[in-house]
Amino acid sequence: MTVVPENIRSILATDCGSTTTKAVLIERTADGYRLVTRGEAPTTVEAPFEDVTRGVLNAVKEVEELRGRRLLDGDRILSPQQGEDGVDLYLSTSSAGGGLQMMVSGLVLQMTGESAQRAALGAGAIVMDVIALNDGRRPHEKIRRMRQLRPDLILLSGGTDGGDVRRVTEMAEIIAAADPRARLGAGYELPVIYAGNKDAAPMVQDCLGPVTALSVVPNLRPTLERENLKPARDAIHDLFMEHVMAHAPGYKKLMTWSPVPIMPTPGAVGLIIEKVAKRDRMAVVGVDIGGATTDIFSVFRVQGTEETVFNRTVSANLGMSYSVSNVMAEAGIENILRWVPFPVDEVELRNRIKNKMIRPTTIPQTLDDLVIEQAICREALRLSFEQHKALAVGLKGKQTARDISDTFEQSGSGATLVDLMDLGLLVGSGGVLSHAPRRAQSMLMMIDAFLPEGVTELAVDSIFMTPQLGVLSTVHELAATQVFERDCLIMLGACVAPVGSGRPGQPCVRIEVTPEGAAAVARDVPFGELVRLDLPEQGRVTLTVTPERGFDMGAGKGKPVSRTIRGGVVGIAVDTRGRRPFALPEDPATRIARLRQWNQALGLYAREI
Amino acid sequence: MGHAYTPGLRVTADTVVRRERRLPLKGQVLAEHGQSVEPDTVVARAELPGNVQTVNLAAKLGMDPARVGESLASPVGSFVRQGELLATAKGLFGLFKNQVESPADGTIETVSTVTGQLLLRERPMPVEVNAYVRGQVAEVMNGEGVVVESRGALIQGIFGVGGETFGRIVSATPRADVPLEPEHLTPEHRGAVVVGGSHTTHAAVQRARELGVAALVVGGFDDRDLRELLGRDLGVAITGQEDIGLTLVLTEGFGRIAMASRTWDLLHACAGRVASVSGATQIRAGVMRPELFVPHTSGASGPASEEGGGSLETGSIVRVIRQPWFGRIGRVVELPHELRPLDTEALVRVLVVEFADDGERATVPRANVERIAG
Repeated sequence: MTVVPENIRSILATDCGSTTTKAVLIERTADGYRLVTRGEAPTTVEAPFEDVTRGVLNAVKEVEELRGRRLLDGDRILSPQQGEDGVDLYLSTSSAGGGLQMMVSGLVLQMTGESAQRAALGAGAIVMDVIALNDGRRPHEKIRRMRQLRPDLILLSGGTDGGDVRRVTEMAEIIAAADPRARLGAGYELPVIYAGNKDAAPMVQDCLGPVTALSVVPNLRPTLERENLKPARDAIHDLFMEHVMAHAPGYKKLMTWSPVPIMPTPGAVGLIIEKVAKRDRMAVVGVDIGGATTDIFSVFRVQGTEETVFNRTVSANLGMSYSVSNVMAEAGIENILRWVPFPVDEVELRNRIKNKMIRPTTIPQTLDDLVIEQAICREALRLSFEQHKALAVGLKGKQTARDISDTFEQSGSGATLVDLMDLGLLVGSGGVLSHAPRRAQSMLMMIDAFLPEGVTELAVDSIFMTPQLGVLSTVHELAATQVFERDCLIMLGACVAPVGSGRPGQPCVRIEVTPEGAAAVARDVPFGELVRLDLPEQGRVTLTVTPERGFDMGAGKGKPVSRTIRGGVVGIAVDTRGRRPFALPEDPATRIARLRQWNQALGLYAREI
Repeated sequence: MGHAYTPGLRVTADTVVRRERRLPLKGQVLAEHGQSVEPDTVVARAELPGNVQTVNLAAKLGMDPARVGESLASPVGSFVRQGELLATAKGLFGLFKNQVESPADGTIETVSTVTGQLLLRERPMPVEVNAYVRGQVAEVMNGEGVVVESRGALIQGIFGVGGETFGRIVSATPRADVPLEPEHLTPEHRGAVVVGGSHTTHAAVQRARELGVAALVVGGFDDRDLRELLGRDLGVAITGQEDIGLTLVLTEGFGRIAMASRTWDLLHACAGRVASVSGATQIRAGVMRPELFVPHTSGASGPASEEGGGSLETGSIVRVIRQPWFGRIGRVVELPHELRPLDTEALVRVLVVEFADDGERATVPRANVERIAG
């Protein structure tokens, strides 16, 4: 069915997250397309339902109840619209099922194993394990592991072109012997991508061809000094849609409900972020923090050129529900607790986090609980951003030349493209950011986690609908743009953060805010503070920031910068707590006192905690 | 949200389970179709290729790699014992002999004339797969294993650690809300599947390990103790391969939380019978839960009772699954339609619950309760 935009009076869009399924209803009004209501329900990929459409119907039912309009006809969505009932267009995105979960394999853990891992991560997968000949495990242990993990897809690499053939074949034999069953759906062959030594391809084909759905693509490490990840990444994307999504419980049915293909959530959010960066002509970072994974998107300029590069990473196992326990394991409990302005019993906190993991749809009921959840969010965002910086390197999709000397130091690959001083806009999405009871909470969570430098505008997805608008933009650009600008993107304000370090109380910056047609207001902020300045919600203001000697706002130490920024619902957060390094006071009493002071300055909570 | 969270755990007195028992590589299937098996019946066996040891003959003998073949005391393919002569070469002026002995029992697999390395393959290691549950072999997968089918009671936990085991079910606490302490455990519990109440501690788990308890099944456990037990923080919930000396199954969650009465009652009804237990858990899509399976004794079966869940109604029995009333059980007395503000200022759908123990009422987000059977 072709979508004719002029005929669309109403749009229902859902996003099936790993924890929650969200539905939004958009209607054409005299004022253009507007969001009218939203609903949500737990995602139902798991037992006892094992059918994603259940959660979709439940979320739509909530929209029905709240809007007082019939959208369902039994167990299907009423479409096209008839009178006041039904909708003209239904579409959906999905990250349910925890995204794409892969195992990768190479010959040498630090060489092809790591290249394969980078290819998989860059394609948005979760890498569950890296199996290599030298990983210290015996063949049967590798086989057992593969069977236990039940990956969605295996990427087999190994050897440079023209190199060793026997050992690559040995890895293929191990996979064939494991004969791993796919995680979702039964009775279909597990997809395997071979991206290793081209000379071994026939042997791999003989070995894996009969027992798996094998795709052979060019070697991701054709020579020791060169990586060529794009063919493997493309194959991963294709196979995800073709095999994995189609076998997730209920997706076949869901696919028949919409004339538009179901889009993976990260893909849909990425579309929106790219559009925003193009529209505003600035470097943009977007984050979507979900229950199982955290996706980070960035558009940055390549230094010294006008070329922009879009990068996307999906941080495996960093999220607020299924993966919350892993945030604690990776960040360390002390890093979570450093953001909490009251003493917490560690035993109790650990249990709370684990219970959230095993029962992922619960929400904080008390203010203390909310503060702890938001502390975890800061760490999940911080760790995800670290991973993004490490992966957002070089040129997207192009072959990345790596020097032979780098092969001994495989953890990074070239300088990161992420330049926080160049960052113009930071957009947050995902339940914990979109549904924070106060917008200032979202703003400070993002500032604390990303530590923007210079002048950076911040925005948040009002109700967590970016994914739905991303997929909508592929068939109805006008509706997507109108809803995005009016109902989705909420400008929070800007963060002003000079780079440098000093003593608390030492002069740091002078800020001058000049609203359109009004007199300038100036304020001096010493080092070690977090101060909120008023900003109109609409319109623009001119901001001039003059740093003291030793502090840099992007133009060099002590040099002033001037920017026009949009209004926002929170205001300007002047953050003189220091950058490079940023550190919280180590003494617990001082730290708690400072956190309380900063929270108050931003009006974070209704009462003191 | 109008629907309560449902973990989808199965607690049933009568069901049929099929468990696939596969070798990690091709081998020999020892059981036949239709054969009755016990949990410890070996149903398939394979020999894993032994470790490979490399011996650099060229370096040890001080000779050209191209000529190491001439130095072998036994030809490629021969079996040699540890300490047995592998290769020998004449030394300086033919006066001294250089000798290399075998570092292990094994077969000489290859000798490279390029690198001068000899590869010695150690003895294969036998790997056996047992039936895990008592039942009948329903399917034979040639060279790979079998599928065992059995009928009995199945109890899924919410989280577990440790591998597969089996043993007689013994209750060690008097009630579902009593924590399992070290003193509840006695030498009679050796090899048993011990059922505790609301909670247990690292000390009790240690005691259970010392006594040789096969598995512990309790309502809750502290994450701090789990960390101590595993020696690390558990990040991603993929478990089942921990070598901790026993299997631990939590039926309810972390902290002190009484075992649900239907779970407790069913475990009690099965006391004295042999249960197969697995701690393997994967909390993600395609979820995998730890389990206890108790096969029926010759055709005996009990009434089936499946997990409730689904829509909430006035009168539904629920358990609060988040602070500040975590673990408390009550009855839904009101389901307001409109959104209500919480202490956090969030506007959400709520319900009013009347707690079973003291009759107090509380307003709780609907997302923070789970339906349980009455």
